[in-house]
Amino acid sequence: MTKLLETRDLHVYYGQNEALKGINLSFDEGGITALIGPSGSSKSTYLRTLNRMNDLIPNVTITGEIKFRDQDIYASQTDLVTLRKEIGMVFQQPNPFPFSIYDNVAFGLKLAGEKDREHLDQVVETSLKQAAVWDEVKDHLHESALSLSGGQQQRVCIARVLAVSPQIILLDEPTSALDPISSSQIESTLLKLRTDYTIITVTHNLQQASRISDRTVFFMNGEVIEADDTRKIFMNPAHKETEDYISGRFG
Amino acid sequence: MNSKISNRIAIATLYVIASTIVVILAALLGYIIISGLPAISWHFLTSPARAFTSGGGIGIQLFNSFYLLILTMIISFPIALGAGIYLNEYAKQNWVTSLVRTSIEILSSLPSVVVGLFGFLIFVVQFGFGFSILSGAFALTFFNLPLLTRSIEEALAAVPDEQREGGLALGLSKWETVLHIIVPAALPTILTGVILSAGRIFGEAAALIFTAGQSAPALNFTDWNPFNISSPLNPMRPAETLAVHIWKINSEGIMPDAKAISSGSSAVLVISVLGFNLLARFVGHRLFKRLTAG
Repeated sequence: MTKLLETRDLHVYYGQNEALKGINLSFDEGGITALIGPSGSSKSTYLRTLNRMNDLIPNVTITGEIKFRDQDIYASQTDLVTLRKEIGMVFQQPNPFPFSIYDNVAFGLKLAGEKDREHLDQVVETSLKQAAVWDEVKDHLHESALSLSGGQQQRVCIARVLAVSPQIILLDEPTSALDPISSSQIESTLLKLRTDYTIITVTHNLQQASRISDRTVFFMNGEVIEADDTRKIFMNPAHKETEDYISGRFG
Repeated sequence: MNSKISNRIAIATLYVIASTIVVILAALLGYIIISGLPAISWHFLTSPARAFTSGGGIGIQLFNSFYLLILTMIISFPIALGAGIYLNEYAKQNWVTSLVRTSIEILSSLPSVVVGLFGFLIFVVQFGFGFSILSGAFALTFFNLPLLTRSIEEALAAVPDEQREGGLALGLSKWETVLHIIVPAALPTILTGVILSAGRIFGEAAALIFTAGQSAPALNFTDWNPFNISSPLNPMRPAETLAVHIWKINSEGIMPDAKAISSGSSAVLVISVLGFNLLARFVGHRLFKRLTAG
């Protein structure tokens, strides 16, 4: 069976500085993978290469191979629009657009040319339900998304990604700007989504990684130290660095 | 001297400076409005000016000012928006960009009378537009462009980068992100900048004396065909604005009630500009609220 997403010998340089030093990782369909590691370990850099968000940074050099369904995403014929619909992204800071909740969720589809009102209504409702925020916003869909709380905004952002039906959802520390209650709501949302989507999340919160992820990857200094079943990583890590990190001895 | 005392002296000095500014502004506005208000009436605001007898109004000048303002905005807003988007979203940090920025700064520091004379040479003489609203609108565009570009650029820069990333992550191209997300997000601030610059245009005189002309031919307010010479909408007719009118009355006005007309016009001008400022605050605030809190 081929993997859904695979990176081989992935190097990323910012100018002369090597941020990722040859990453070999692969992801099966479904489930949640948590990327953990101390600050500066380049786990966010890795996440952002997966949907080519790093292309925007000046002076960045990327070598190696990233294959999504056996297609090299850095090949010249790759359509970025299609790629980013297949691999959606949620950011650290909730970033709803300054439009209504409805327009935020329908945005991707509308831009792709979808005009059928009923279909749009349907997708907006399903996506908001999947993101577990429907009950809170259903009576004011046409109010500005900026009037919502941080946690609600983040779930609307998740719904916005779900609306374009991606295969993979990348999350870059999705709860680090939120309060504990909102964080746990996001966590339970992700747990519901794990059967239908492949989720890769960067987190600084080790408890969160152990609570929600099926698999954990430990990054340090631009290298993968250990990637394994979450239970194994937390109970019985193979490397001393991993053990030191998860037991709080550094990082 | 210990730090506590020097702190008090500093605060007191700053208070004095700040209140001096407020007092000067209040005195100026108070004087203009109090001396001009008695002259203002419906008749004054709507009837044409008279050259030799008293009882003339500022109707045509007032209309000209607004018409010129609208034309100037129609010409300068798209250019300023394009320049602002380029500078904030696309321009790389290199010598071309710094050349553009320096040019904008120089353009904004040109004296308006020089801009007016330049407009006279180019538009009135060279292009053969004559003393016309169109010549005036182009001259005012030169005058308005730098500040409007700067304010649009700043409005775009104030939109957080997370919004740009959000758009790109949804598969939008850079241009689509700018068009569908960044510009709408910056709209309240952009609008505030537009209205504030409208106030500046409205009060401008020096750049218009040699471009839009110093005469206000009679207009037929029932004829809205822009090709007719007496139509208010004709952009090729000479059009003295309110600010130019004030300058002209004070330098060569021979009507018996010149002083009253001058004071009345000044008051109307100042009240209009104040109105633009208040409108800018109000509209910007309302739009921001609508976008943020439903």
